[in-house]
Amino acid sequence: MDYGHSDRPAGATPLPTAIKILVAGGFGVGKTTMVGAVSETRPLRTEEVLTETGVGIDDLSGVEGKTTTTVAMDFGRITISDDLVLYLFGTPGQDRFWFVWDELALGAIGAVVLADTRRLADCFPSIDYFEGRGTPFVVAVNCFQDARKYRLDEVQAALNLDPGVPVLLCDARQRESSKEVLVTLMEHAMKTREARRRAASGD
Amino acid sequence: MTVQGESADHQWVDDHAGPVVRPYAMTRGRARPVTGTFDLISLVTATRAEVTPEVGLGPEHLAIVGLCQRIQSVAEIAAHLDLPVGTIRVLLGDLAARSLVQVREPQTTAGLPDNSIFEAVINGLRAL
Repeated sequence: MDYGHSDRPAGATPLPTAIKILVAGGFGVGKTTMVGAVSETRPLRTEEVLTETGVGIDDLSGVEGKTTTTVAMDFGRITISDDLVLYLFGTPGQDRFWFVWDELALGAIGAVVLADTRRLADCFPSIDYFEGRGTPFVVAVNCFQDARKYRLDEVQAALNLDPGVPVLLCDARQRESSKEVLVTLMEHAMKTREARRRAASGD
Repeated sequence: MTVQGESADHQWVDDHAGPVVRPYAMTRGRARPVTGTFDLISLVTATRAEVTPEVGLGPEHLAIVGLCQRIQSVAEIAAHLDLPVGTIRVLLGDLAARSLVQVREPQTTAGLPDNSIFEAVINGLRAL
């Protein structure tokens, strides 16, 4: 079956540790593509059914009878070792599902914000969100074929990013390229954590 | 009626028709689990090889126990059983209350003692 090293007698050994990374960005920027490129299985889809109270500022005119909305999230899994499993979650594209993001971001080790230089503004909400929350993130510019090429410092300036935030080019379809993005994120998250710990201990 | 049972049903009930049984029916109207919080990446494993049907356990409970013979996250259980995560959480609460599943809540970044998990993930990714 599909599940790597998880095939062991039920309940016989301690369960592995699970950690998660989020893949965010605008609609159609390649989030699910990236999740699929590095996962050990094709991306799975999970759904949350929301009641009307959760939908918040939606314009419900014309669909007043609609009381629930379904938010779908695509995700994948990478078994790092017998003790460690990494999950990658593509965040729901629409801004109105922030409360689903809150649940996703809780405990997340970091986030990849995918950007498309033809529609750079689409990734602003994701960047704002992770900056506000203090979640370590990197910006990966997905290189679409017909997109004009920009230098990374141009993208960094256009996004008004903190200089410490890594910006890199990627091809979300390519496993190696997507792996490199995740490694960069993990290194950045580790540095961020160390810096915060030093700050907290007053060194 | 002739005995066409299943095939006759399948004519009318495809994915577009929506679920035949409403998610809330499977949880008997409950929106929250009796115990536990069940993060999307909480890992679940069954404590027994199989469970015989008993009062209070429906086919979905048994399906979860079957699925969790291998370690699964809450999100994976929901995806494989094609049910909303909220429904899965309620069903898992029932199973946890009967000690039929063991659950491990995920590690939070703040709770990490050192960099070993970061390093393990980086090395693991490079080795993929």
